[in-house]
Amino acid sequence: MISRFQKFLFFAMLVACVGMAAFLIRLRNRAQDRLAAQAAAAPAEMAETATSAQKTVTLYVPNDLDDSLIAFDRNLSLPEDRNAQARVILAALVEAYRAPGSTHPMNVASGINELYFLPVRQAKDGAGNAEQMAVVDLSGALAAAQPSGIEPETLTLLSIMATLHANLPAVTQVHFLVDGQQRETLAGHADLTRTYLAGDEPNFQRSASIDPQEPGARPSALGRELPASGFQLPASRGGR
Amino acid sequence: MRWTEIVGTLMFATMAAGAQQSPPPVRQLPQLPTVPTIPAPAPPPGVQPPRFLVVIDAAHGGNDIGARIGDGIQEKDVTLGLAGRLRSTLRARGVDVVMTRTADLNLAAANRAEDANHAQASACLTIHATATGSGVHLYTSSLTPAANERFLAWGTAQAAYVTQSMKLESEIDTALAHAAIPVTLGKASVAPMDSIACPEVAVELAPLVGGHVTSTKALTDVSYQKTVVDAVAAALDQWRSDWKP
Repeated sequence: MISRFQKFLFFAMLVACVGMAAFLIRLRNRAQDRLAAQAAAAPAEMAETATSAQKTVTLYVPNDLDDSLIAFDRNLSLPEDRNAQARVILAALVEAYRAPGSTHPMNVASGINELYFLPVRQAKDGAGNAEQMAVVDLSGALAAAQPSGIEPETLTLLSIMATLHANLPAVTQVHFLVDGQQRETLAGHADLTRTYLAGDEPNFQRSASIDPQEPGARPSALGRELPASGFQLPASRGGR
Repeated sequence: MRWTEIVGTLMFATMAAGAQQSPPPVRQLPQLPTVPTIPAPAPPPGVQPPRFLVVIDAAHGGNDIGARIGDGIQEKDVTLGLAGRLRSTLRARGVDVVMTRTADLNLAAANRAEDANHAQASACLTIHATATGSGVHLYTSSLTPAANERFLAWGTAQAAYVTQSMKLESEIDTALAHAAIPVTLGKASVAPMDSIACPEVAVELAPLVGGHVTSTKALTDVSYQKTVVDAVAAALDQWRSDWKP
């Protein structure tokens, strides 16, 4: 026979179990609500940080006829992240190659697979102005669409280097890959096994036109033409 | 008579006879000082004096077709034809020429540089062609000029010759200007340029875009190629005049 004390203890424990279960369920629901609220708030915050006000960037577009680079200013919405910024800028550069009436025509949809930044040298004052090497992973499509020749290939490399350095001055060296692999040349001529210096100040033509699609800046190819490019290829042979 | 006495008698008789035949002593006038002559050193056997030699490298070849110029024309064929014409023109002017390739064959960049360096040439030209741009593009190495030392690093041997390469480039530029051919000058990193130990210029031929003083001419136009070849040959002739071994 069960004593009254045992019955009372059993019911007390049963009530405690039900109460604890209810409490845990309530905690679980509250935690779910809190996580859902955080997840809902995150995209808004990310969107707020990822997009910023439009900035003016300088694109150096080659001119095949006189072996020069022409600077164009464009307003772009740039993300805060440097890597994403560089990708947006280079995407705009490739778009300028593709534009009708381009002085460096190249029919390619996507030119840059990925872009990495590596530290080159720490600033002496440690102020964080360290130079960086940009490793630009070009797409195989761009290499395939690249017109073959010393001039067009060199101009493409110079254009990318000058554009990167103009908008991200910390980038002083550039190394190129194609589809993630080291390649000897871009399209049979320009050497891709070396690291290029991008630190020299270019002395290129600057177009009065803002939009590179406007064919107003194409110079004549008549008579004597000297290159407007004062941009020198590297003095050293890094990466070898 | 002892043998020593016989020898002594003979020596005395010989000296006495010599004293009778010798003329009386004459007072010699003082000789004026003369400029000593240094005989020209004979060249060591087997060593010839340096000669003016031009190396012409027709870029690409074999499986490496280079640029597709259009209508089935490949860069490797254009460069070979152009190099052959330049060789003929230079030989007609009495210039010795060595070509890295005379047929459609695979030739690695290192082998081209090796051949050029072995020839110890006075000028080296690499011939390229492209469908892009207008006129002739002249390129020299992008290496920083360096002092010429006895031993040069393979990958940067051209650094010791960059200054001379730019002078040679200037000669070609001037000659092409006289021929009314548009020229663009630049620096580039193209194999095997940096490994060549002689004044080296890459000559890239592009179609001629028509303008005020020029008319449109295709890359394969024979008269256009002849104009360019004659101008480059004239520049090398001038280079030979200025050349000092």
